[in-house]
Amino acid sequence: MRIFNRLILFLLLGGLAAGPARAALGARATLVEAMLAETEPRKIELIDSLAGEADPVIEPLLKAWREDALFLYEPAAGGARVPVLLIGDNDADDARAAQRVDTASPLLDAAGQPVRLIAADLNGVEHSSQIRRAMKAVVDLLEVTSPDRKKRLQAVQTIGFAQDPLQLPALLKRIPLETDPDVQRALREAVAVTRLNLPEAEAKLAALTELKTLHSLSSYDLIRAAQREAEAAGDKPVAEAAKSALWSIDNHKSNVNFFGTLFRGLSLGSILLIVAIGLAITFGLMGVINMAHGEMIAVGAYTTYVVENVFGSGVTLPFFGFSLAIPGMHTSGALYQSYFLFALPLSFVAAALVGIALERSIIRFLYRRPLESLLATWGVSLLLQQGLKLMFGSNNVQVSSPSYLSGNWTVNDIIFGWNRVFVIGFAAVIVFGVWLILTKTPLGLLIRAVMQNRAMASCMGVRTERVNMLTFGLGSGLAGLAGAFISQIGNVGPSLGQNYIVDCFMTVVVGGVGNLAGTIYSALGIGLVDQSLQQILLNPVLGKILVLVAIILFLQWRPSGLFVTRSRNLDD
Amino acid sequence: MSSLSKRHKIELIAVGLIALFFIVIFPLLNAQGVVSNFTINLWGKYLCYALLAISVDLLWGYTGLLSLGQALFFSLGGYMMGMYLMRMIGDLGQYKKPIPDFLVFLGWTELPKFWVPFASFPFASAMIMVVPGLLALVFGFLAFRSRIKGVYFSILTQALTYGASLMFFRNDMLMGGNNGFTDFKFILGYDLRDAVTQRGLFIATAVTLLVVYAVLRLLSYTKFGLVQRAIRDGENRVLFSGYATAHFKLFIFLVAALIAAVAGALYVPQVGIINPSEMTPDKSLEAVVWCAVGGRATLVGPIIGAIGVNSLKSWASRAAPDYWLVILGGLFVVVVLLLPGGIVSIPGRLKDLWKRWSKKPTQPVSDSTPSV
Repeated sequence: MRIFNRLILFLLLGGLAAGPARAALGARATLVEAMLAETEPRKIELIDSLAGEADPVIEPLLKAWREDALFLYEPAAGGARVPVLLIGDNDADDARAAQRVDTASPLLDAAGQPVRLIAADLNGVEHSSQIRRAMKAVVDLLEVTSPDRKKRLQAVQTIGFAQDPLQLPALLKRIPLETDPDVQRALREAVAVTRLNLPEAEAKLAALTELKTLHSLSSYDLIRAAQREAEAAGDKPVAEAAKSALWSIDNHKSNVNFFGTLFRGLSLGSILLIVAIGLAITFGLMGVINMAHGEMIAVGAYTTYVVENVFGSGVTLPFFGFSLAIPGMHTSGALYQSYFLFALPLSFVAAALVGIALERSIIRFLYRRPLESLLATWGVSLLLQQGLKLMFGSNNVQVSSPSYLSGNWTVNDIIFGWNRVFVIGFAAVIVFGVWLILTKTPLGLLIRAVMQNRAMASCMGVRTERVNMLTFGLGSGLAGLAGAFISQIGNVGPSLGQNYIVDCFMTVVVGGVGNLAGTIYSALGIGLVDQSLQQILLNPVLGKILVLVAIILFLQWRPSGLFVTRSRNLDD
Repeated sequence: MSSLSKRHKIELIAVGLIALFFIVIFPLLNAQGVVSNFTINLWGKYLCYALLAISVDLLWGYTGLLSLGQALFFSLGGYMMGMYLMRMIGDLGQYKKPIPDFLVFLGWTELPKFWVPFASFPFASAMIMVVPGLLALVFGFLAFRSRIKGVYFSILTQALTYGASLMFFRNDMLMGGNNGFTDFKFILGYDLRDAVTQRGLFIATAVTLLVVYAVLRLLSYTKFGLVQRAIRDGENRVLFSGYATAHFKLFIFLVAALIAAVAGALYVPQVGIINPSEMTPDKSLEAVVWCAVGGRATLVGPIIGAIGVNSLKSWASRAAPDYWLVILGGLFVVVVLLLPGGIVSIPGRLKDLWKRWSKKPTQPVSDSTPSV
C-alpha cells in the first residue's frame, strides 16, 4: 500500500494525470465515476488517469466492463444510479446476486435485503472502441507493476516497441519506483524508444543519446528507421545522432558477439576436454586405440539416468526382455536436486568396471598390436551399443537436470548459461583431479613409470599388468564422468558415444599423443575455432567440416600434434 | 619353387572355374529361371562388397595402411553413378519435371551447373574415377608427405569420412541431402527393373572383380608388390634403402580408392539407392571386418569374407534383427583375438594341428635314435 500512496503522491506532484482530486479517491471510485460519466471523452480521461496504478481491482473490473458484465442499477425509489456486477449462479427467474462496484458489497434494497437482478432487464455499462483502447492501455501498464520480474520486463518491452507517446507519462512515472536494475534499464529504453517517435527534434536527439549510452541492441531497427526518416526530412542533427547511436550499438554488438563466442568456445572446449581426457590416458599414455571409449561415455550417462530415476519415481527397463523394475525413492526438493552428486561417483565406478573388464578380457592381448586393438574395440563398441539398447530400450531417454543448472546470467548483454559455466568449472575440477592422481599419488607414480619404460618398471618390481588394468580403468572412469555430464546437456541414447568418438580422437591427436597438457590446449583451441567459424559462417555443420579440414592441415604442419613427446625410437 | 608354381596352377584353375561359374553359368541359370532374380541381385551386391573388401585388403593387408575412408570412395563412386541415373529419370519423377525430384522440392526450377554434363554416360564414368581419385590424391599426398602412419592414418581417414558424410547430409550440397538418390529408372536406355538389365549388371560386376583380382595378383609378383609388402613390415628400412615410400603409398592409396569407387558405381544401380549413411566411418570398418574374417594379406580372403559376412547379415537381419550387431561385433573380437589369419588360414592351421598330432607318438623315438 505504501507504493500505492507514493504513486498517488507522485501523481499529485507531477500533475501528469487528469486531475488530482479524482486520483485521491482511489481506483475503484475513479472507475465508478468513469462508468457514470456522461460523455465519452470524460470516460476516457478518467480511465487514462488510472494508467500506471497498481491497484489489483482495476484489471477484473475493466475486464468485466469490456465483456458486458457490468450493469447500471436504477433504484426504483429514484436516486443515483449504481454500477453493479452480477455474480453467482442464475436462479429460477434467471436472476443473479448483484454486487455494488463502488463498495464491493452486496446491493441492498430499502429493507436491507440483498437484491437479485435479471441481466436482460438492466442497462449495461456501455463502451466504444476508443474506450476499449484506453482500457487496453491501462491493462498493459498494469503488467508493468506486476510482482513477477519477468512479466514486468516483458510488459515494458512490449510497450516500448509500440512507441505510443500516450504511454510515456506512465512509463516515466514507473522509472523511479522500479527497483530491479534490468527492468529499470528496460524502462529507460522503452521511454527513449517511445520518444524517438515524437515529432520534436529535441526529444529525438535526447532519445538517441539515451539509446546510445544504453547500447540498446533491440532498438537497432527502430533507430535505423528514425535515421531514414530524418534523412528524408532533411533533419541533419537527428540523422547524425542516429548514425552515431547506430555505430555505438554496432560496436557494442560486435563486442557482445566476440565475448559470447569466446565464452561458448570455452564451454565447447571444456566439453571436448571432459570427453577426451579419458582417451588421453588410454590412447595417449597407454597407446591403446579404444574405439569403445564412446560407449564408456554412454555407460556413465545411463548410470546417471538410473540414479536420477532411483531418486525420482523409479523406472522399468526392458532388461534383455526381462522387464526389470527399479523402485524409486520418490524424493523431492533439495534431496532430489542433489542426485547428480551421487550419480557422479557411480558413473565413474560403472564405466571404470566396464573398462577393467574390457582390458582384462581383450585389450591385454593386444598391447603390441595397435591396429588390431582398434578393430577389436570397435567390435566391443558394437556389442556394448547393442547391449545398452537391449538393456535400456532403443529410444533416447531424458535425464532431467537439476534446477541449479538451468537459467542464465546476463552481464552487459552477454548471456552466460549456467550449464555452460558449470561445464567449464567441471572440466577444471576434472583436470585438477587427474593432475593430482598422476603426480601426487603412489598410483600416479606407478602409471607414469610403466608408461615411460615398461621393462624397467617391471624389473623394479612394479606389477605392470595391474597398473595397466588400473590405468585403463581410470581412463574409462573419466569417460563415465563425461557421460554423467553429457546426460545433463542432451538426450541419452545407446549410440550417444558415436557422436563424440571422432572428436575425442581428433582432440588427442592434435594435442599430441602422450601429453595431457596438449589435450587441454587442443580441446580449448578446437572449441574456440569451432565456435568462431560458426559465428562467421552462421552454419554449424559447415563450421564443423572446416574444423576437420583445419585439423588435417594442422597435422601437415605438426604431424605429432601440439606437444611432441621426444623419443629416440624411430618407429614411435 | 616347383611347389609354388603348382600352387599357382591350382589357384589359376580354381579362379578360372569360379569365374566361369559366376560370369557364364550363374547368369545362364538365371535366364533359365533356375536362379531367381532376387538371388542374382543379392549376389551382385555381394560381389560389389567383395570389390570394396579387396580395396581395403590392398591397403591394409598388403601395405599396412588401415584406411577408414574406403566407404567414402565407394559412395563417391556411387554418387557419381547416381547423378547419371538421376538424369536418366528425365521427367518421369513424382513432380513430372525435367529435373530431379529433390531439386524441385528445394525450389529449383532448372538444373544447377554441375549437374548438366551428367546426362552423358562417358562423362559420368570419367567422373566415377576422377572425383574419388582427386580426393585420394590430395588427401594421400598431404597424409603421406607428413609421414602420418599407423593409427594416426586410420583416425585421419575416419575424420575425413565423417566430415564428408556431414557435408552430404546437407541439403544445400544439392546431392539429395539425407535421402540421397533413389527411384532410378534407366541405365544406358535399358530399364533397371528389367531382369535382363540386372543380369547384365551382375556380369559386369563379376568381370570387374575378375579383372581387379588378376591385376592385383600380377602386381603382387612384381618388384612393386615386394616393396609394398616391405613397407608393411618395416617402412623405415625400405625408406633407408632408397625407396620413396610416400610415392608407393600414394599410388596404392589411389588405386584402392579407384577400385572402391568402381565398386560403388556398380553397387548403386543394383541396389537402387545411395545416401550419406553409406559414407560413415562405420561402413569402412564393416568392410575391414569382411577383409579380416576372410583373411587379410590374401586376395581370396576378402572375397570370401565379404560374401560370407554379408550372407550371414542377410540371414541374421531376417532371423534375429536385434542381434546382428552383437554377431558382427563378436565376430570381430573373435577373429582379431583368435583367428588373425581369417577363414583362409583355417586349412593351414588344421594341417599344422594334424602334423603335430600325427608326429607326437614318433617324436620320442626320433629324438632318442641319434643319441644312442
